[in-house]
Amino acid sequence: MLPDQLTPASFDRYPPEARRLATAQIALLRRLPLAFLPLLLRELIVYDWKFPAERVDLDRQFKYLGTLAAGPFQAAMAAFAQLKLTDALEQIDWVNAPAIFSEQLSAHLWATHQIDAFRTAAVDYMRKAEASAPDPPMPTHRLGIAIIGQGVANNEYRLFRKLRLQGVYFTQVKPGDGVRLLLEAARLRAEAYPVPYGHWYIDGGAAAAVSGSLTRLSYAALSGPRATLQSRMQKTYEAAVFDPEAFRTMLAQIKPEEAGLASGGDPVLNRFELSLLTEGSGTQVFSTTFVQWAAREALRRAQPMTLVTRYAPRQREKQMNELLAEHQHPPELDPQGSLIDADMGAYYTWVNQQRLPGDDQSAFLAWFEDHGEAVAIAPSLERGTRSDAPIDLADLVARLA
Amino acid sequence: MRVADRKARSPQEVSQAISLSRRNFIRTVTGAASAAAFFGPAAVRGLAAPKNRKAVVVTFGGGARDDETFMPDGQENIPHLLKELIPQATFLTNVVNKGILGHYVATASIVTGAYETFDNFAAVSPNNPTVFEYFRRDLKRPATDTWVVAPSNGFARIGESGNKAYGAGLGAGVILPKRLLSSALTAADGARYQHLLRDNYETPLYAPSLTGRQIELDQMAELLKISVEDFTSHARNLASPDELSVYIAKQLMRELAPSLLWITLHDIDIAHSGTFSLYINGIQRTDRLCAELWQTIQKEPEYANRTTMFILPDFGRDSDIDSGGNGFQHHRTGDAVSRTTWMMVLGPEIKQNVVVDRSVESTDLIPTLGAYFGFDPRLSTGKRIAEVV
Repeated sequence: MLPDQLTPASFDRYPPEARRLATAQIALLRRLPLAFLPLLLRELIVYDWKFPAERVDLDRQFKYLGTLAAGPFQAAMAAFAQLKLTDALEQIDWVNAPAIFSEQLSAHLWATHQIDAFRTAAVDYMRKAEASAPDPPMPTHRLGIAIIGQGVANNEYRLFRKLRLQGVYFTQVKPGDGVRLLLEAARLRAEAYPVPYGHWYIDGGAAAAVSGSLTRLSYAALSGPRATLQSRMQKTYEAAVFDPEAFRTMLAQIKPEEAGLASGGDPVLNRFELSLLTEGSGTQVFSTTFVQWAAREALRRAQPMTLVTRYAPRQREKQMNELLAEHQHPPELDPQGSLIDADMGAYYTWVNQQRLPGDDQSAFLAWFEDHGEAVAIAPSLERGTRSDAPIDLADLVARLA
Repeated sequence: MRVADRKARSPQEVSQAISLSRRNFIRTVTGAASAAAFFGPAAVRGLAAPKNRKAVVVTFGGGARDDETFMPDGQENIPHLLKELIPQATFLTNVVNKGILGHYVATASIVTGAYETFDNFAAVSPNNPTVFEYFRRDLKRPATDTWVVAPSNGFARIGESGNKAYGAGLGAGVILPKRLLSSALTAADGARYQHLLRDNYETPLYAPSLTGRQIELDQMAELLKISVEDFTSHARNLASPDELSVYIAKQLMRELAPSLLWITLHDIDIAHSGTFSLYINGIQRTDRLCAELWQTIQKEPEYANRTTMFILPDFGRDSDIDSGGNGFQHHRTGDAVSRTTWMMVLGPEIKQNVVVDRSVESTDLIPTLGAYFGFDPRLSTGKRIAEVV
C-alpha cells in the first residue's frame, strides 16, 4: 500500500483521538513519502496516550507541513522521497503497525547505506518544524535533581567526573533530612506551577511518601508488571523456535492491563510505564537502568519542569535467564556498582534536560545521598569550580529552585 | 548551553577530533612518535622475522568508546594497553568502520575486508570470501592452520563465506566456547553456570540456530587434548565468557599452533543492559586479556618472535550527546563516535612506539594481512596499511 491510497477507513483501528486527527489530516498524509509517513503515524497512533507536550509537538508538525506551499513542501520531503525502499516494505501494514515498519525501514537503511542520508533528512525536518512555531515561554525554569548512591557507606570512585565541568562541585554539604527536603522542594514547585505532568519523581526502589502533585514512578511499584513481562519473555525464549520479530511484535502489542498495570489508573501514565518496560533495554532487570531510561523518556516526552530521580541499589549481575526469573530468587544487591551506574545516569539526565527549551536558564543538582558531595549547575554558578565551604543541602537546593 | 549546539561539527570533523585527542593522549602517556618519524630513529624495529609468520587478531569487543578508554577519564580502565602494549606497537588512531554497526555483521566485514550488508541477527555466512579462505587457498594451508574463537552462537558461520569461488571446505574452524560449555554441563550444573552462557547482549533473547562449521565437544577434546572434565572444571573458575574464550585460544596455540588465529572478545557489550559499571568492568577485563594473550605469544615457542598481533574494536558506541542514542548503552546512531576506533599492531616486524594519524578503515585489515602472509584478498575493498606491512 502507498500513501496516496489512504482512506478514512484506513484508520478504523486507531484509538478515537488518533482516528479523528488522522481523518482530519488525510489529505496531507496522502502526500507524504513512504519513508516518512509511517514514522509520523507511529506517533499519531498513540495520540490518545500522549503527554501534553507531545501533542503540542505533533500538532506543530501537522501545522508546519499543512501550511507549506507546494514547492517548499516538496523540498521538505525531497530527501525522504529520494530514499530507495523495497516492495517488501510497501507490503507491511504500516498504517496499523508503524513501529514494525519503522524497525524494518531502519534495517533496510543500514543495509543499503542510506542511514546517514535519512538521519540528515530527519534532523533537518525536525529543526524546521520546531522553528516554525517557537515554544511558549515557561512559567519557571527547569530543575533536575539526581539522588545517587543509596546504601553506599564508603566510596573511592571519583564521583560527578562529568558533571563537575558544568557547575560547582561541593565537598562539604550538610545533608540534613536530604531526600525529604529535596522532595519538598519539588512539591513546592509543583504547587506553585501546576501543569499536568510538569513535575516528576522517579525512584529506583520504593517511592518515598510525597504529595500527589508530583507524577510518581517507582521500580518497586512496577514489580508486578515486570514479573508478568519477564514471564512472557521467558516463555518466548524457551520456545522451540524463537522468532525475534514475533517477539518484538508481542511486546509492542501488550496492553497495560495485560501487564498488570492498574486499569483504574492514569491511562497516559500506564502507557508510559509499559513503554519503559517493553521498549527500554535492561529496564526490566536493573533498577539503575530503569531510573536513567525513565528520566530520559520523561524529559523527551513530557518535558517536565521539575524532575527528581533517586537511584537505589540494583541487583548484582547474573545471567539473563536467572534475571528474568528474578521473582523466584531474591536478588543480591550491588550498591557500589549502582553508584557508578547512577553517576553516569545523573550526567545523562542533565544532558537530556539541556536538550529542552529553556536550557540557558535550567538548573541541576546531583547529590551523593547522605554524604557531603554534590554538584550544582545553574546560570548563576561558575562552571568547573569547587567549593569546600560547608553548606546545608536545604540552602543549596533553595539557590536552584 | 544547549547540547545540540555541541553537535555542529561534521562527522569528518568529529572523527578527526577523536583521532587527534587519542594521538595526543597516547603521546602524553607513552611518548610515542608520529608516523612522520616512521623511518627515523624513534621507530624501533624488533628482531628480523622468520619466514613462518603467524598472526593473532583480537577484536576488542563489543564496542568501547574513547571516553572509557583513551580519554583521560578512561585511562584507568586500560592500564595494560597503555603501559605494556602501546609502547611496543604501531598505533593507528583513526580507524573508521563505515558499515553496519551490529557485532556479527561488523566482524564479518572486518573478516572479509568488505562491508557486509546482511541482517546482523541472521544465521548466514558472509557474502564475500573471508580472510581464512584467502589464506588457505592461496597458501595451500590445511584446515588446522586457522581458527576462530567467537563469543556466541551468532558467530557460528563467521569462518567461511557463501562465495562460490571459495566457501565450502576452505574456511576456518570455529570454536564457540560458551556453546561447548553448555554442552558439557550436566542439566543441574547448567543452571548454576548460566551466567556464562548468554548468547549475546544486543538482543538477549536471540537464540540463533547453529549451521556453521563449529566444532563439537568431542572434537574439541580430541583437538585440544583436554578432557571434557578438565574443560568444565577450568570453566568453573572463570568469571566471564571472554575468559573462557582466551582459555580456549591458549589451548589452541599450545596444541595446534595455527598460523592465523582470530579471537573475538565480547564482554564489553554488557553495556546494552544500561549498567555503566558492568561496561567498565568489561573494558578492564578485555584490557587484561589482551595483555595475557600477548604474554602467551611471547612464551609459546611456536609463536615467539614470529607473530604479529592486531587488536582493534569492531566499532565504538554512541556518543553522550547524540539525541538518537542513549550514550554508551548502544551503537545505533551511526554517529562518528560509534564509527571511529583504533588499531594496535605488535610484533617483531612492526615498528614500535609509532602513532599513525591518517584515516584508515576497518576493512583495511585483511589486505594488510594479505601483504603480511602473501595471499591476495581479491574481493576485499580495503587497502593495505603501508605503515604496518
